Parts: sequence; structure tokens; C-alpha cells
Amino acid sequence: QQMTVSGTVTDAADGMPLPGVTVAVKGTTTGTITTPDGNYTLSVENGQTLVFSFIGYKSQEIVATNTTINVALEEDIIGMEEVVVIGYGTTKKKDLTGSIQTVNADDFNQGAIASPQQLINGKVAGVQITDGGGAPGEGATIRIRGGSSLTASNDPLIIIDGVPLDGGDVGGMRNPLNVVNPNDIETFTVLKDASATAIYGSRASNGVILITTKKGSGAGMKIDYAGNVSVATKANELDILSANQYREVLTDKFPDNVGLMGEASTDWQKEVYRTAVSTDHNLAMSGMIADKMPYRASVGYNLSNGILDESSMERTTASINVNPTFFDDHLRVNLSAKGMFVNNNFSNTGAVGAAISMDPTQMITGDMFEPYGGYFTWTRGDGTPNGNAPDNPRALIDQRVDKSKVNRFIGNAQFDYKFHFLPELRANLNIGMDMLESQDDPKEVMAGAAWDTDAYLRGGSYEKYKLKKENKLLDFYLQYTKNLDAIDSRFDVMGGYSWQHFWTENTSGSWFNLPNEDGDFVRDPENLTRNENYLVSFFGRLNYVLSDKYYLTFTLRNDGSSRFSEDNRWGLFPSVALAWNVKEESFLEGSDVLSTLKMKLGYGVTGQQNIGSDYGYFGTYKSGQPTAQYVYYNNVTGSYDRVPLTTIRPNGYDENLKWEETTTYNIGFDYGFLNNRISGTLDVYLRETKDLLNQIPVPAGANLTNELVTNVGSLENKGFELSVNAIALEGSDYSWSIGANVAYNENEITKLTRVEDPNYLGVQTGGISGGTGNMVQIHQVGQPANSFFVYKQIYGTNGMPIEGLYEDVNGDGQFNESDLRVYKQSAPKVMLGLNTNFNYKNWDFSMAGRANLGQYVYNNMASDGGFYNRMQISGEYLNNLNKDVFNTGFNTAQYLSDYYVQNASFFRMDNITLGYDMSDLLNNNMKMRVYTSVNNVFVITDYEGIDPEVSGGIDNNIYPRPRTFLLGVNVTF
Amino acid sequence: CTSDLDVTPIDPNLATADKVLDSEEAFAQVLAKIYAGFAVSGQQGPAGDPDLVGFDEGHSQYWRGYFVCQELPTDEAVNGWADGDLPDVSQVDWGANNGFIRQFYYRAIYQVSLANEFIRQANRLGKPEYSNLPQYMAEARFLRALSYWHALDLFGNGVPFVTENSAIGSVLPLPAGENPRGPELFDYIESELLAIVGEGEDKSQVLADVGQTYGGQANKAAAWMVLAKLYLNHNIYRGELDNAYYTKARTYINKVTSAGYSLITDADAVAGDVYSPYEYLFLADNYKADNEIIYSINSNGDDTRTYGGMTYVVAASIGGDEMKPNDYGMANGWGGNRTTKALVNKFSVDDNRALWFTTGQQLEIEQQDQFTHGYAVVKYKNRTRSGGYGSNEGKSDWTDINIPVFRLADAYLMAAEVDLRLDGAVSGASRAYLQEIADRAGTTLPGTIDLDWILDERARELYWECHRRSDLVRFGKFTKGYNWPLKGDALQGKDVDDKYNLMPIPFTDITANPNLNQNPGY
Repeated sequence: QQMTVSGTVTDAADGMPLPGVTVAVKGTTTGTITTPDGNYTLSVENGQTLVFSFIGYKSQEIVATNTTINVALEEDIIGMEEVVVIGYGTTKKKDLTGSIQTVNADDFNQGAIASPQQLINGKVAGVQITDGGGAPGEGATIRIRGGSSLTASNDPLIIIDGVPLDGGDVGGMRNPLNVVNPNDIETFTVLKDASATAIYGSRASNGVILITTKKGSGAGMKIDYAGNVSVATKANELDILSANQYREVLTDKFPDNVGLMGEASTDWQKEVYRTAVSTDHNLAMSGMIADKMPYRASVGYNLSNGILDESSMERTTASINVNPTFFDDHLRVNLSAKGMFVNNNFSNTGAVGAAISMDPTQMITGDMFEPYGGYFTWTRGDGTPNGNAPDNPRALIDQRVDKSKVNRFIGNAQFDYKFHFLPELRANLNIGMDMLESQDDPKEVMAGAAWDTDAYLRGGSYEKYKLKKENKLLDFYLQYTKNLDAIDSRFDVMGGYSWQHFWTENTSGSWFNLPNEDGDFVRDPENLTRNENYLVSFFGRLNYVLSDKYYLTFTLRNDGSSRFSEDNRWGLFPSVALAWNVKEESFLEGSDVLSTLKMKLGYGVTGQQNIGSDYGYFGTYKSGQPTAQYVYYNNVTGSYDRVPLTTIRPNGYDENLKWEETTTYNIGFDYGFLNNRISGTLDVYLRETKDLLNQIPVPAGANLTNELVTNVGSLENKGFELSVNAIALEGSDYSWSIGANVAYNENEITKLTRVEDPNYLGVQTGGISGGTGNMVQIHQVGQPANSFFVYKQIYGTNGMPIEGLYEDVNGDGQFNESDLRVYKQSAPKVMLGLNTNFNYKNWDFSMAGRANLGQYVYNNMASDGGFYNRMQISGEYLNNLNKDVFNTGFNTAQYLSDYYVQNASFFRMDNITLGYDMSDLLNNNMKMRVYTSVNNVFVITDYEGIDPEVSGGIDNNIYPRPRTFLLGVNVTF
Repeated sequence: CTSDLDVTPIDPNLATADKVLDSEEAFAQVLAKIYAGFAVSGQQGPAGDPDLVGFDEGHSQYWRGYFVCQELPTDEAVNGWADGDLPDVSQVDWGANNGFIRQFYYRAIYQVSLANEFIRQANRLGKPEYSNLPQYMAEARFLRALSYWHALDLFGNGVPFVTENSAIGSVLPLPAGENPRGPELFDYIESELLAIVGEGEDKSQVLADVGQTYGGQANKAAAWMVLAKLYLNHNIYRGELDNAYYTKARTYINKVTSAGYSLITDADAVAGDVYSPYEYLFLADNYKADNEIIYSINSNGDDTRTYGGMTYVVAASIGGDEMKPNDYGMANGWGGNRTTKALVNKFSVDDNRALWFTTGQQLEIEQQDQFTHGYAVVKYKNRTRSGGYGSNEGKSDWTDINIPVFRLADAYLMAAEVDLRLDGAVSGASRAYLQEIADRAGTTLPGTIDLDWILDERARELYWECHRRSDLVRFGKFTKGYNWPLKGDALQGKDVDDKYNLMPIPFTDITANPNLNQNPGY
């Protein structure tokens, strides 16, 4: 029936009434416009839909069931008006002077995503995200513009809602970032160049990632539910000999040892992997309480099961954001709390490697293996387990429990006060904390586990590990903003202080289940370590804008860290950036083609102090553990009593330890054509790091160690990043958009020693499996960090490598370790990201993929598994072989051959998603989208190992990344 | 709150020197670390919190590194692991950056630095009421001299020279001497040792007399042994022969032989003992063999755990399908070290010191990486005299065997060698010593004893005790004139360049410290 509806339309941001808003009845010509005080009155049929629209604001549709309908319209932020989060504040995108890229929730990667970093993989030029493998909730290596450090951390600083994470790993957890539920994240902002990051001073050399979570807004209450179920399958497996092939090869090569073979045919890889079903549920409630207090609360439950049998992560998250305002919006308060409760089951990733080594002719279990829990076990003549032989992969999984429980809380309260007497002046106070507790729950080796000989003989063992972190934060700043219309200028100036305390405590120990004859259960005595460090900072920023065309930003940070001595404690990190909005110039005003053109120049100095040691600059004495004592025997009395003495060791130190400094130069362009239908950015940069924190050999005898972390050497990264976003097609009921980005980075070590020495080899690194202490990489001057350092293989006329024959590279007539040489780099030279979206009516289709080019990987799986002598070890036991042995014919291990350094360029189709939108359910009161997606769809590569994407360049026992199929639904009402 | 930035360690195991070194016990514990530096590889045991970084921790242990340098390049041992450039060591084919030689170099000099720090802090923070401190300082000086002697023997007179007077930090140490063969380091070690046996001008820091120390603690006889070895090898170390030094060698050998030590013999056996008296020296309860062992690096399966030391020596010598680790009191065999026919063939059939495991092993080495090529050596066993187990009950790899660094039989052989070098013939007293050794071994002495026989007898008596490379160099047989399997990377062995008589100063240290000179030929 006919009714009269009236109400007020306000701005959702400030609650001010909006005049001139069009209020129309959907599907009719009826309508009106709000009065200067934002009021309207309209006559409609009950159940008809009202459409509120106003330029610059998002339209809203509301079904008329009440006679009073008040509406708060949200600003429609598009393009350059978009607000971007920066260090200690926000700015409009058009006012940006640094290289900053934001990915909003709408643009996140889709599909089965358990960890936040997967949301933006491939989306941001110059950001490389390499998952550590396919384990549920796996951690990732994040590199922004290549690493700026050798020994110190290369991880970016990650700040969640204003609380910087401490950057350290969290024991008992695969990924420290898992504290945030991906569904709660609103934006990822990546600060790349120093003019943007320098405000974070000493922790900013590797870029900064700002994560903000969703907040409540608007009137009424909105409930969102997002849920999915996914199925993960093994995407690929390693090529090893089947049981029949194995029998054939062993009989041919080692006829004396055929007696060691079994009768079975076991596909060990099949035995350890599974198809795993996972689910994810998230419920969020948001709205406004009493017109004053926007809120959003959410709970999430994620059960991720891994394809390695038994591995899983069960995560429950809860978060709440409340943003009340007081005193006529003069005081805005932002309260944020996030809690995470995770139960991890790590299974036993040793089974991944064991499945590859284990003789395929052996049975999995058998009656005669009763002492070992029934699992096939390689034994010695006397029936004791052979500790060197491959372990039964099933036993590894079944005879160990490795679970952990992690609780974490991140909370902060932010107060932003606009002074009553001087509204241009704001004070901002942020108090935050990050608390974490992680512990084994439980970690046990069962009795009879033959693969752990100690535990086998002592009825099993158990471990207790506990980690506690308590990090506290206090930030305060004042900001003064002023428009000087007389000279067409505006500026703001900000200055602040920050205090942070990082505290960690670690306890670990392990015990046997049975005592020895002394009644002793201890395997590794309990060890307690405790560390802390403080960071105290002063910072400031000046922004100046002239005629909305010329921009200047200057920032300065003075950081003090307890990790350095008084003389080196304080580091000053300045930056300056200039931007020119070329499009605003009169000579381009008329251009219809060019819609945006802005040029940005940036310079800045940033630091690095994450050196792994909190007390590296002064001499300390360290007590030894009870298992590292020195024992005298009292033979003076003839009793020969043991007299053990706990030792105290003086540790090496470098009193001159100081900041690592990176200077960045950046030129950037923002461009847009055809009303920004095609838009993007181009950045060219040079980053020079000096005083590299580097672990180098100290002159023997000069210190109390052989290698020290000290400031020596420098390195350089240079490259460019280009991104393009285009709307290829757009019609009334369809659209097609394409996003692409490319990044090129060149990394070169320019100095490694204090004294220039052309003969200096460099620092060897990159330990591999096989042998003990073998390393295949090097940091060498003139080369990219982590270059491979191997022998040059000589090949026969048949194209096969000749075993043990390498080039005498230095030509001294001898072949030895002096003939190792640098060969290829492990980091990619070029990274590409591609994504596309297609919408037609209610359907949406998207794809996202990535490519890394010019990267090489050391195929450790082949080098350690692909030589015939590995089949049998001194007649004791058998090993399976990697099929690569057919390519080489090697009999003995050739770990240092460049044959194994293989081109690992790849293209990976990360994700394909198809969705269908049902937006007008229940009289438009409910929106629903159902979608299906595939993750890790396919990989195109020449690399012969299981997966070319390997962090650090050594392919070794990686948990394989699964292919995941997902069905999901999002509901809003 | 900038005062927050002044921190001191909150870790309960960590403190600054001034806080730690406030008692005599604390000095004893830091001294124990210098001793432990020969026995374990770090502060955690068996691995973790290592003393040296950049290496596999087990490899970086002192005695393991010393074994690699002193035994693997000789006729006494071959290693088959594909560990980097380790195979080159068995082949006497190493380069200037060999990782395994480098590890021992840094370990030896590290021990010197530890001792320096102890002496430095004892001078600074010691108190008159710490009555044992002077003796502790003498022990620290002994351990420093021992490591310096090892460094001199392997790397020559050009190794970096630092004492308690050298500053810690970014100084570049000078080499002990400009030439790889020369008097400087020799003279320093000699003067240090003379001082701590009470024969220097300053007699304030003197080692305890024989019989007045714990097992595993250095006494005067330990220092006499190093002095005697220094003098016996003087022509190698100093680059010129001077008989006066042989006379001095005799002096200190005589002090050792007349200090009250005696060989372990059947008289030491009790009912139920299952091993021979010679084997007593290398068992889990060889702390009882203190009448023959002059100085040992102690180990214990509960308190002193390492992947080096005797764990390495025993575990690496167990392999193949026939050997049972449990027979040797171990949980595992690592299948790496064997011996060559060159050693095996030196023994007569009735020599009870030939402790080989031969089932499933072939004497001829055709492939270096096959453990079954070459005989396995079962000289060291983590079992007790009565056949029992050590503290690990045979259920782990941690051993109780103390490393016999110096023992009386060695001094006996040195006495005869000095006789030959000074007088051309073995004295009656020395022959009686040799007879004691032969009687225990079940062998007969030849009518005439010459230097070649001494060298062979040293191999028979002292194999795998880390004397071999030095002995071969002293007798001029390390590089040329005597070959054994795999030497020079030839299956039957071949002559190698004379440069191998000295090991290279590692490339990394030549680079880090421009004051140093590389040894010739590298």
C-alpha cells in the first residue's frame, strides 16, 4: 500500500547532512532531492526500492518498509582521491610522492588462501613472495626489490593496524603473519622506495608492508559470512625408480647386494601423501552503535589439511575494531584487538625426503618388525636399527606426534585528537602490544621408533618447547595542517616519538621415556634463553604542496637501538621526495588522451638493525649446558670419581657494530590514459647498501670467534618496475580488465672486505644435503648475492657429463677447490605478474599468474639422489635413486658439479576463479556470491625437479605445493 | 626513555666479564672451557651454540680436526665421505682453501684466544686470596702452548701470533715469524713451557707435579712431553739442525720416564677383563690407565657430548654390513674411516696391537668412498675393561673414552729415537723400554734397531693417536720416498710435491689479515 517515507541523508564519514541527494523509486520516474539540511519526503508503495545517489558517493538501495529511512552515504573513492595509508598517517593517492602500492580487498587473490601474504602474490611489481612449501599455513619469504642485506634480515617490516611485528620467526608456527585472518584484511600497502619507508628508519631497508583490517561503517547492522570447502591434491611428484626399475638396476649394478631387496612393490610417495579436504568459515558483523560508534567484529575458523598425511593447521581468529568519536569528532578513537588460536600438526616433513630415498622393494609393515612398531626397518647384524639408513616414511609419520599450540594477541588503542582551539593541529597517540605464547602440544617420539636410534633404545622421547614474546609499543605524534590560500599552498608538518620494547623467552629441552642406569632421563637438558631490545625513535615529516602541482615531502627519523654501543647507537635517516603533477599543467589541460601524469623523485636513507643478536657489541660470558661440561677424574684418591665442571665461555664481539645503511634513489611516474582506463606506474631505482652487516671471517686470533657479524662491504640493487592496469572492454553488463606488472632487478655485491683485495674469494654459503658441510653458493664481489659456486662440468660427445671431470678453471694444472667458480644467480632477474577479470551480467571470471625469469636452482634432489653408488651403502642397506641418474650415469656423488645448477624460470598459473553473483535475494535484503576456483593450476618450466619455485635457490626436501580445488560462498545481509 | 637503550643481558646464562669473574670457582669454570675446547664443539653439547661458525659443528671439534690433519693424509687412515674437499685430505691433494684444514686452523688459534682471554682477565680481576689461580694460569699457558705447537707443526712459523697482551677487536695480528720455518714461534712455546715447569725466571705460575692433579688436568709431565716433541722436531720447525736440541729432548724425555709412570701390562688386569692391556688405553674406562696416560682430553657420555672427539673416531670407523656398533658400545656407525694395507702390512701375525675388523672388508682400496675397502680399525671401543658399557649403555654415540694425548710408550719410543739421532745407536736403557713395549705387544725386537724401524714401530704402537703426519714429516717420508694407497690421488700412491709438508694458511685468513704470508707452493 501507499505510504510516506521521510528521513535524513548524511555523509557517512562525518555525519554532516547532505543536500541535493537524489532519492528515486527504482523502476519508476518518481523521485525527489534532499533539502539543504539533508531531509527528504517521498510517497511510495510498501516494498518498493529507494535508490539514494549523489555525485562522489556510493549509491545505496533500500527497500521501503518503514516510514523513516535515514541513510549515510559513503564517499565513492575512485582513483586519485583514494586514501592511502602511509607511515604515521594517511594521504590521498594524488598527493603521494613516494613509490607506494596498495592492494585492496577487491583485488586480492582468490581461492584457497590460508595465509595473508598469498592475497597479494603477483599483484605488486617488485615484490617476490615465495611460499616455503605446500604445508598448511606455510610461511613465506617476502622480498621487496631484492634483498638489501647479506647476513642481516631481508624481510620487510610488517605493520598491522599500526603495530610493527618484530620480524623474528615464531617457533611452533609456520608463519608469523598468520595472526591475521585474510578475510579481515582491508588493504595491503607496500612502501617500496626510501622516501616512503624512511619514516621507519632503521627497519625500513627492505621495504614496509602496512596491513589494515576492515572497520565498521554505515548505519544499521550488516552480517557477512564467507565460507569455503577445498580439496588439495598432490600436483606433482619426484621422478624416482619404481620397484621394478629398481630391481632391474640393482641387479645390473650391484648383483652382490640383491639379497638386501624385499619382495614388495611400494610407492612410498603415494604412502605419505593424501588428498586433503579443508574448510574455512568467517562471520563478520559490522555497523554503527548509537550513531557514534562504528564497529566490526569477526570470528574465523580455518581447518587446513595438508597433503602430507596428518599435517594440518586449525586456526580460530577473532577480531574487533571499534572506532568511536567524541566531542564533535574532535577525538577519534580506534580500538583494535586481534586474537589467534592455532593448533598445528606438523606431521613429519622428514617423510618427504625419506619417501624418495626408501627402497621401493620393501614392505611398509611386517610381523618381523615388531620391535620397531611393525614398520620395516634397516637393521645391522645384531638387529639394532641402522641409524644411517633411510627411515621408513610411514614410521616417521606414525611414530611421531609433533603438534603445537600458539596463542597470539595483538591489540592497540589509537587516540587522534583535533585541538578545539586549533583544529589544524592534531595529536595522535598509539599504544599497542603484541603477545604470543607458543608451545609443543605434544611433541613425542614413540617407543620403538627405529628411525631415532636413541629414542628407540630408551622407549621413546618427548620434547618441551615454549616461546613467549611480549612486545610493547608507544607512538605519539603531533600534526599541523595549514592551507595558505594566498600563495595557493598547503602544508602539513608532523613530528613524533616512538618507543618499542621487544622481549622474548625460549625454553626447550627433551627427555627419554626410560631412564638409564643412573636414573637419568635427560636427552637435551632444559635450556632457557631470554632476550630483549629497545628501539627509541624521533621522527618528523613535512609535506608541502603548491598549486596542487608541485609536491615536496621531507622526512627524518632518528633511531636509537639497544643493539649498538653508545657511540654507534643513534642513526639518522633522512629522505626527500619531489613530485610534479604534470597533468595539471596548462599545456596538458586540453589533452583528452592523457588523464594522469605525475613524476616523482625520491631519495632516502634507511637502515637495518635486525642482526640476530641483542648483545653483539659487548663482551659476554656464556655458561655451558650440562652436556658440554669438562670432566676431570679424581685419580688422586684412586676413586676415579667424576668431577664435571660447567664451563663459562667468553664470546666474540664487535664493539664497533652499527647500522647498515641503504641509500635509495627512485624516479617514478604515475600515468593514466583515456580517463584512466589504462593506468599504472613506472619506477626506476638504485639502492646502495653500505656498512653491510655481514658475517665474515675475522683475522684468526684477533677475537674470540672465527667469524663475526660486523659492518663491512656494500651491495647494490638496481632495476625498474612497471605496472599496467587496463579496462579492455566495458559495456552495460560486461567488463574485462587486465593487470600486468613486470619487475627487473640486478643485485651486485660491490665490496666485502675492509681492504680491497682482488684475490678475496668471498663468503661461501648455501649448505646442501649430502655429505657434511657441503656448500654450493657464495657471496662474491662483482656477483649477485647467493650466486652458485661450483665446478665446471665437462661433457662427453654423447652430451652426458663425464663423471668427476671438471675444468681446471684457474689453469694451474691441478684440479682442486681453487677451481670452483661463480655460475648463475639464484634470485630471479625478471618477475612478471598477470591477472585478468571478466564480468558478464552476474558472472565473474578471473585468472592470476606469475613468472620468474633468469633464476637458477641447485637441484639437490638430483645431486643427492642421482648416482648409482647411492643404491647400496657398504652392503648395509639400499637407497632409491632419482631418475636423473639416467641422464648422468654418475656412479659417485658429484655435489659440486654445475650440472645440478638448473634453469628454473617458470610461469605459474596461481589461480582461476569463476563466480556467480545473486544480489537480489530476499527482496534485495541478502547478497550472495558463489564461486569455484583452482589454485596452483599449472606450472610451465624447464626445471627438472618437482617445483622450480624454491626460496634461496636450493631444492631440497620441499613440502610439495598442492593443487587445490575450492567451492565457496559469500553472503551478506 | 632513551636510558632504556643501555641494556645488560637478561639471559640467565649470559653476563659480562666483571659480573662473572668474581670468584676462584668462576675462573676454574673459564679454565674448564679451555680444556672443553679440546673436547666439545660448543656450549650446548653435542651441537648448538658452537664456538666456531660457518662449519658443520661436528667437523669443527678440535680432536676431529686434528685427526683429519694428522691421520687422514697418512698410511694410517682413509676417509670415504663425499664431504666437500675432505677426500682431498686423504689424497694429500689439498688446496689453499681446503675447508677441513681451515677448520682445524681456526680451532687451534681459537684455543689460543681463549687462553689469552683467561690470562688477561686473571691478571685484571684475580685476587690474592684465589690461591689456585696461579696454577690455573699455568694450565691455561700449557693449553695455549699445546695449540701453538699443533699450529706450528701443521702450519709453520707464519701463523698469527697473539698473547694476553693483544687487544681484542679489529687488530690484525702479526705472524709469529716472517718465514714458514724459523725460530720465533718455537722459542715462544719453549719459553712458555719452561716457565710453567718451573725452569723460567718467573716461577710464579707453575703446573702441578705428577700425581697431584686430576685425570684430564695438565701436570708438569704433560709440558715436558710437549717440550720433548718440540726439541725432537726442531730441525723441521726451525729449518736447521742443532744437536743441542736433541740433547734437550733427551733431558725432558728422561724427566717423563723417571716420573713414576709405567706401561699398562697384564699386571693391571683383573679377573673378568675381556680386553688386552694395550686396549685398556683406548676404552671407555681408560681413565684407569693413568699410570701410562700422561695427559688426556676427557670425555663422558653424560657430561661431555660431541660429534667430534672419540665419538667421531669410533663411529666413523664402524661401517659395512658386518660390524655391529653395539660391539663398540655405540648406537651408530658412520662408515667413513678405515686403514690401508701400508699400515696393516707393518704388523707381524702375533702382534696383538693389530686391531682390525676384516669380515666383509677387503684390504685393497679400489674405491675411496667404499667403507669396505681397507680394514676397519677397532682400536678404540666405548666399552669397559670387563666388557660392560659406558655411561651411554651402548644406546647413543656419546663416548666415555678419554683421548690419550700423551702416553709413556710414546716417550719410550722418543728416547730410542733420540739415542739414534745423537749417538747412532739405542742405549741399553732405551732398548729395555722398547722391550717392554714389544713384550706387551707379543712381538720380538730386532737385533739392530734403526730409525726406519722406529718409524714403523711408532705406527704400530701409536696408530690413530694423531702422531703420524708429524712423524712422517720428521723422518722425511711424508711427501716422497714412501707411498701408500691414495697418496697423490693414485690407488697405490705416488710422490707428491714437497709443499705438502706444511699445510696452507687458509685463504680466508690470508685475505682477512694482510700481515700473513702464504706458505710456499700454495
